[in-house]
Formats: sequence, structure tokens, C-alpha cells
Amino acid sequence: MTADKVQYQPSDEVDFVIIGSGAAGGILAKELSTNGFRVVVLEQGPYLTEADFSHDEIKVLQEDLLTNHPKLQPNTFRKTPDEKAKPQRALVYGRAVGGTSNHFTANFWRFHEIDFIERTKVGAIPGSTLVDWPITYADLEPYYTKVEWEVGVSGLAGASPFDPPRSKPYPMPPLPTKSNGVLFERAARKLGLNPFPAPMAILSQPRDGRAACMNCGFCLAFGCEVKAKSSSLAAMIPVAEKTGRCEIRPNSYVHKIELDSRGRAIGAVYFDAKKNVHLQKAKAVIVSANGAETPRLLLLSASKQFPNGLANSSGIVGKNLMLNSGGISLGVFDEQLNDYKGFAVSRILHDFYELDAQKVGFYGGGGLDARFDMTPINFAAGGGLPPDAPRWGKKFKDTIAHNFTRTVEIFSHGTSLPKEENSFSLDPDLKDAWGLPALRMTYKDHPDDIKLAKWLNQHGLDILDAAGAKQKWTYPIEEQQFAVHLLGTCRMGSDPKTSVIDADHRTHDVKNLFLCDGSSFVTSGRGQPTMTIEALAFRAADRITALAKGGELNA
Amino acid sequence: MSETNCSSSVPFDRRTFLTRGAAGLSAAWLTAQWPAMVSAATHAHAVVASPNPAKFEFFAPEEAAEVEAIASRIIPSDETPGAKEAGVIYFIDRALVTFAADSQKTYREGLPEIQAILAEKFPGVKKFSAATAEQQDAILEALSNSKPKITASRRNRPNASSQPFFETVRYHTIAGFLIDPESDRRGNKDGVGWKVIGRDPGHIFQPPFGALDKDYPGWQPVSAEKK
Repeated sequence: MTADKVQYQPSDEVDFVIIGSGAAGGILAKELSTNGFRVVVLEQGPYLTEADFSHDEIKVLQEDLLTNHPKLQPNTFRKTPDEKAKPQRALVYGRAVGGTSNHFTANFWRFHEIDFIERTKVGAIPGSTLVDWPITYADLEPYYTKVEWEVGVSGLAGASPFDPPRSKPYPMPPLPTKSNGVLFERAARKLGLNPFPAPMAILSQPRDGRAACMNCGFCLAFGCEVKAKSSSLAAMIPVAEKTGRCEIRPNSYVHKIELDSRGRAIGAVYFDAKKNVHLQKAKAVIVSANGAETPRLLLLSASKQFPNGLANSSGIVGKNLMLNSGGISLGVFDEQLNDYKGFAVSRILHDFYELDAQKVGFYGGGGLDARFDMTPINFAAGGGLPPDAPRWGKKFKDTIAHNFTRTVEIFSHGTSLPKEENSFSLDPDLKDAWGLPALRMTYKDHPDDIKLAKWLNQHGLDILDAAGAKQKWTYPIEEQQFAVHLLGTCRMGSDPKTSVIDADHRTHDVKNLFLCDGSSFVTSGRGQPTMTIEALAFRAADRITALAKGGELNA
Repeated sequence: MSETNCSSSVPFDRRTFLTRGAAGLSAAWLTAQWPAMVSAATHAHAVVASPNPAKFEFFAPEEAAEVEAIASRIIPSDETPGAKEAGVIYFIDRALVTFAADSQKTYREGLPEIQAILAEKFPGVKKFSAATAEQQDAILEALSNSKPKITASRRNRPNASSQPFFETVRYHTIAGFLIDPESDRRGNKDGVGWKVIGRDPGHIFQPPFGALDKDYPGWQPVSAEKK
């Protein structure tokens, strides 16, 4: 099965070297190799397969089977640029072939029209660098459809009155309705809202040699053993490898993009598993390393030609970080819901997608979902119990015995406003296990993001009330210090002074260097970024193919 | 776009693993979800009971008895199994030479600390494990007064790193009670922890899942519902 996989030498000048094999990198690899190009994908993590995945919570969540490891890759955090950052785990991202798409929740909301033109619509917001995208929803619509059909999204077109226009229905019906979905739907309707079946990147029917969801219940944070979750690993990488033109090279940690004397990228420099250094040569370089590692790689690639970091003439590489705001409210019900079975989410609502700032008193918008995404240890030792619950002894045991099958979470997901001070940068002191400067995260939510999170979370509590929760509570809404959505750090735009890449994902400064992942975002959307990362990747592949075929990438 | 060849890239032993405890699933549903899986499902078998290991990897036997006594107050045995029946002590013992090696010191220093509180509160009682349940609870009360804050980063990734002794044992006890019994970490013996919290032992579930989706008629637009 693996005998015909292509292998290149680092000295072979391939057409594209792609850094990262996740949501964006996997799609770009598949598209570009299908289009006839020779591609090497350098992935810092291992090449795991379904057989390596596990339901062992310690292995996955504490030993970071699928994710960046805090001991190998420590990072620091501070709230504002005038503080000294302290070591503190501030981010989680996928570190394996397939990237973060291996372990995501799989909420696949499209952005709406408003997300691309918000600055024009709402005007300037004090304390924020909010701008419009250089592309619109209409530009991206065909690619959203492509994600749904090629990567695999289950859903029901037309079910939400707030949905943007679409050219095609979903390729598969929604996943089964969970008890928390039923409860959410009935309660939200009682409140005059419009709940609808969640679009999820999980197969509800067998497709392309992949099984439909088996409802094992180890979904968020875990890899899928039956390829039902639409990760790049399950859906894109096999197609790319089958072309015979794409090599996925795991355990390859890129730390520099090499330039020639004319300022053109000639390849990517990486450590292999034994920490030997290689240069993979390529005609063009695409960085899809995620919203933290992409800007870090550019900053690590500083040179005489680019003293402030590669492709950073604007000075904003790493800045305008957005994490998405939001909150979690929880309730306990009398009925045995058994929501530990299955994927996390089956019902969502978008009634609050576009709030009227005049009415609510702040900028923003978002959506709510009902879910249960906690595995047993997480639930009992982490965040599943009410704050006043007994913590040990018979009463503790009775509480977990009663609550595990009867608890519902309502997640709210919302906008984050871009601020230049919120960023990923290189820590001046801390180094990773390869001796490279560690990531430093600087983040303080815009005050409107906090107001929005509280407002949305209150609606979550109201829904739990209307659903008849016997007990309900919420996590306190606080300034965020922990990142999963890594957005906006190399934003797209037409002005080289205020953006890093153009609408073709090409850096303004280096003509054969492209960036495509969460870092490309201009606004944050409403909390479910992966669908848009993937649509951008399909679109970028089309644009890059056109540029390459037009001879624009030739030296 | 073939819909029937999906088994080729999933090893058979994986399917066997996944179908453990899957005997209640309908063959029709399984065929619909995963067309090549029915034969695997017929081989489904329950989790095999495994004996406790003969010796400890980290603890001396008397230390193990003390830690097991603490774990047994955190998740006591009553009408249903507790930490003792779940073999939590074997989980903790292995944890301290594997993923939780950085907590070794916490245990080494914590046990004498318990001993000191014991001597002060109940002079004459020689060991924690020899104390009455009430005495043990009083000692743990004294140890457990600081409650760590659950933050977003800890919510889904709880761990015992740099926690005080009681919090460390508490976390390890819960983890050892509720770990996937199929893992090689020795906890949750015979799946008793999952049984206590009402989690079915399987890794494949066919809807309906719970009380409310059982009779749910399916999603209807609001206008249709109002008619």
C-alpha cells in the first residue's frame, strides 16, 4: 500500500514545499499535487494513523499524543506589551500529520457576508484595528461548498433563517440528534429563537472509503479511529499521496525559510527527527503552520534583507491575534441524557450572529451550541461539576454517578476584535528543545469582547432555564489566557503597509512565498474558524495554481 | 466514490477493539455505518477481567497500603465499587514511574505529612490505613482546604503537576477510577468506574442515545411545527 509513495531528496527542487499538514496544508497538498505539481509537505509532528489513536485520556490529554508538547515547546504569556512574559501553557495546536483537524470538535459553520465587510458596516471601533477583508463571502462561497463535498460535512441546508446563500446543499444529512440537542431545540424555540441541526465535519454516511460516525464519544481532542471525522489526515492526505507527486515528511521541524540574494525563497530549512539540518529546495514556499507557528517562522527567518522578520515590512507579522470570545454554561437535568455518546454538538443557533451595537451597547455577535464534550476523567476531575459540588468522599462519588449522564453544556462562541498589541512574538529568553526562541503570547481581550461573552453566556443560561435544568452554573467570563483558535497574525489585505499577504495569499514582500492558515484571517468570525481556513486553502490552491501556470513563480 | 471498501485501511485488531461490548448493536445499523464491519461485530467480546499485578513498581507495600487508604476515602466503596475495587493503587503506582514521574516527590513528602497530622490528631493510631473512616476523613479535611481554580486551560486538561499532595492523590484517584479500561495503565479494573458513572463500556453506540432523543420525531421548520 505504501510502496508507491513518492520520496524526494532535499536537494530535489520540487514545485512547492508546504510547511504544515493540517486543515490548510493538507488541502493545499491535495489540490496542488492533483493539479500536477511536485509537493513536499514538512510536518513537525509524527505521522500517526488511525491505529495509533487512543481513548486513553492520559495519553491524549496529558502526554499530548496529538498536540504541541509544553516541555519540548514551552511558551510564555503576558497580558500587555509592557509586562515581562512568564512561562505558562497558553496554546494548544495539533502536532501530527493532519494538524489540528485531527482533534477538533468539527463545528463547521461558514462565515456569513458580514464577517468580510464588518468594518464598512459598523465603522471604526476605538481600540481595534478592525478592517474589511479584500475578498467577500461570494468569492469564498464556491470553496465552502468544496469543503463540504470534498472534505465531508453533514448538515441541513436552509434550516437556519440566518444562513448565507449557498450554491449546493450539504452532501450528507445531519448527524443524529442528541438528547442535549432535543432539549436545546425545545427550549430555544420556547424563547422564540431558531435552533437548527449543526453542520459538522463528521460523516453521517459512509463516503470515499471512510466510515460514518460510530458515536464512540471520544471526539473533541481525540483522533477518529474510523476516519469519520473529516480531518486532513482522513480526507486529503491520502488523495495527495495517491497522485504519486506528494511526499508527506513527518518529524520535520522547519525553523527557517531560505532566500537567495535576490530575495526569493529557495526552500525551507528543517531539523529531522535526529536534529540534523536539511534544506528542502522548492520553487515556491507555502507556510500553513498555524496562526502561532506561521508568524514565528517568519520572525525566526529574519535576515539582512529582512531584519524585522521575513515578509514583515509592514511590521505586523504576529500582530492582531484573535482567539474568539465566548463562555460555557452548564446544567444538570433529571433525565438520563447519555450525551457522552456520539460527537459533541447536534444543535446550534445563529440568532445572535449580528447584534445591533446600538441596542446591546457593544460590538460583536456569535452563536450558541449545546454539547457534551467531556470524557470521563475530564468530567470528574476537570470542568464537569458545579462549583459547589463535593470534591471527594461519598457525596463526590454520588455526584459524578448522577451527573455524568445528565449534564449539558451550552457553549457560546463570538467575535474577537483585532488589536495590534495582541500577538505572537519570539520570547527573548525562553528557548525550545531545539534551542530556538519560544513563542510569547500577548493577549488582552477588547472590552467589547468581554461584554459580548457575558451577554451570550447569559442566553446560554436562559436556555438551560427554559429547558428545565435542575441546577445551572457558568464559568466566570475572564480575560483569556489560553488559545485554541489562532487567528489574524499575518492578515490578508491589499495595502502592503497594513497587511502581510494579498488576496492570493502571496506575501507582499516575497513573490514566491505564500501563507495560508488561521493567520490569514482579517476578522475572527463567530468562533468556528476551521471551515473558513479550509475554504481559504481551496481558494488559495486555485490562485497559486493560476499564478504558477501563468509563469509568475518562475525565477 | 466507493462506499464499501472502507475497511481496507483500518486494521482488523482495531475493529475488534472498537466492537468490544458492541453486541447490542443492530447488524443493519452497523452495515449502514461501516459496510465491512458486520463480521467483526459478530466477534465482539466483553472486556476480559485481568488479575491485579503481583508487585508494585514504585511504592513499598506499606506505602501502597497508605495511598490506597487515602484513595478509598476519595472514592469510597459502598453499594457500588470504589477506588479499591477499580485497582486505583496500581494505576497510581504505574503513573509514578510513567506520566506522573514528576509527582514522586509529592508522594514521598506527602505520606510523612499525613503521618504527622495523624500523630497530632490521633496519637496512638499508628498508620492512616489503621485509622477509622471518621479519623481518616478528619485528616483529609485538614489536608484539602485549598481548592485549585478550574480555568479554561485546566477544564479539558486537568493534571496533577505542581499540585499539593491531596490534590495530586485526588486527581490520580479519579483518573485511575475513570481511565479507559482498555488502556495499559492498570486503572478502572473491569470497567467498574465507568459502570459507577453510567458510561456503557462500548466504543460504538447506535442512536437513540438518551431519554430525550428516544422519541424525538426529527427536525421540523418552525412554521411546520405551528401548523
